[in-house]
Amino acid sequence: MSELTMRVWRGDPEGGAFTDYPMPAVEGEVVLDVIHRIQAGPAPDLACRWNCKAGKCGSCSAEINGVPRLMCMTRMDELPTEEPVVVAPMRTFPVIRDLVTDVSFNYEVARRIPPFTPGPPPPGGYRMKQQDVERGQEFRKCIECFMCQDVCHVIRDHEENKTAFAGPRFFIRLMELDSHPLDEEDRREFTRHDAGLGYCNITKCCTEVCPEHIRITDNGIIPMKERVIDTAYDPVVWLGRKIVRRGARRPASTAGTAGEQPAAEESATA
Amino acid sequence: MSTLEDVEPVSVNLGGVRGGPDVRTLRRDAWWRFPAATTVFLTVIVTYLAWAIFQNAYYFVGASAHRDLISPFYSPCITGSCVPGAHGTFLVLHWWTITPAIFAAAIPGGFRFTCYYYRKAYYRSFWQAPPACAVADGHSRYTGESRFPLVFQNAHRYFWFLALVFNVILTIDAVMAFRMPGQGGIGVSIGTLVLVVNAALLWAYSLSCHFCRHACGGHVNQFSKAPVRYRLWKFLTPLNHRHMEIAWLSLFWVTFADLYIRLVASGWISDPKLF
Repeated sequence: MSELTMRVWRGDPEGGAFTDYPMPAVEGEVVLDVIHRIQAGPAPDLACRWNCKAGKCGSCSAEINGVPRLMCMTRMDELPTEEPVVVAPMRTFPVIRDLVTDVSFNYEVARRIPPFTPGPPPPGGYRMKQQDVERGQEFRKCIECFMCQDVCHVIRDHEENKTAFAGPRFFIRLMELDSHPLDEEDRREFTRHDAGLGYCNITKCCTEVCPEHIRITDNGIIPMKERVIDTAYDPVVWLGRKIVRRGARRPASTAGTAGEQPAAEESATA
Repeated sequence: MSTLEDVEPVSVNLGGVRGGPDVRTLRRDAWWRFPAATTVFLTVIVTYLAWAIFQNAYYFVGASAHRDLISPFYSPCITGSCVPGAHGTFLVLHWWTITPAIFAAAIPGGFRFTCYYYRKAYYRSFWQAPPACAVADGHSRYTGESRFPLVFQNAHRYFWFLALVFNVILTIDAVMAFRMPGQGGIGVSIGTLVLVVNAALLWAYSLSCHFCRHACGGHVNQFSKAPVRYRLWKFLTPLNHRHMEIAWLSLFWVTFADLYIRLVASGWISDPKLF
């Protein structure tokens, strides 16, 4: 049986280093399987977050050979094994222990997103046609693995931007809400000013690492940028809106919390 | 029983020991290939274009060669410095004596410079922000496109409208390229095909633009109440997803079209008539 070497980051908030684990190669395994075998053998105290092992819970995000990937969806036979397979925690977030990082930054941002705000239900309740549902459904595929947040250089390489920049996961959330036919809030100024959309220079790394293959940049960030330009940077559109005042939505405040989401959202977007 | 409203906000953990070692990247694949290739390709193209624009010669193949071919960079040729016979128009700026290609450099050039795809390409390759995914960028501070001067990238939509005018003019040039003065009136040469493909690619580039998709239907929230805009959006979406390929192909072809006409106009090669 051939052998491979797993080079795994071991550490805590005090610091850390890579440790090599020579392991027998087993056909058909994914990286998470080998991590579990390390836990069962040479390093029972190795910390790693995982849950579904099916690419749907978004728990086992890590950087495998330097690229953010889900450990449960990365087959060992697609990695070069002549060199050690390097497994490190997500760079953007503080380490709790070993491969487990503190992703609370994302939950903080999520709390600031103005929630879904539908108008009063019409007689017969909310109804949406298929073409209105489709666009938002793509964003609903997000499993919140936060690899797009991890790979985004705006916060990955410039931690000071975390206070001003929401990140790609939340731009698709904002796009989903802003383009929702039942939503009545205008999130464009929030997206520009509070979420820091202007920091994004659309280098598409978020799209490249998304395990759900959401076109984060093409379908989320750039359309949202264009919507922001409509209100903030395009004098012609601004003038047009002044002359023809129709369908104006109320600007979103920054006071939203995750607990305010009306039940109508799930039924309307499902 | 506690509810979500009872949960106290947790302060964001900034400045902790961040994941993994403090190195530029852990990637071992050839991540540098894309930025390196982009740097080389864009440098070659931009250097050639700068030379071609300021050469101000050999951009028109006229009746003496039984052709009507003009370089896409020099059209519309509406200045006093245009060579005799280059397409006359209703507007001629007689006082303009420097190269007429300045228009193409400013407007289609500005359109490409502010294009979402090219932004990705040159931010990665020239600005190194970042050079590749999960590779640290080369800057100590970063504000992206939120401030001067990069906030002016938001003018992309104005360049798009102006570039459409150029597309119309270059389409007329492609139609005019079927003229064979002194050779039976109408025909098809290699130069004709070059300009027709050029016009088609430039239209494809403009129509696949992200702003075009937004303006045609992306701004709508309720597609079911805007069926025409929804159909336009549906038509443009797959084109938009090919924007990168179209951007490279059209840039290559427009440069090739200029080079081909330049070689014919300077007598290095002839333009064979196909039929």
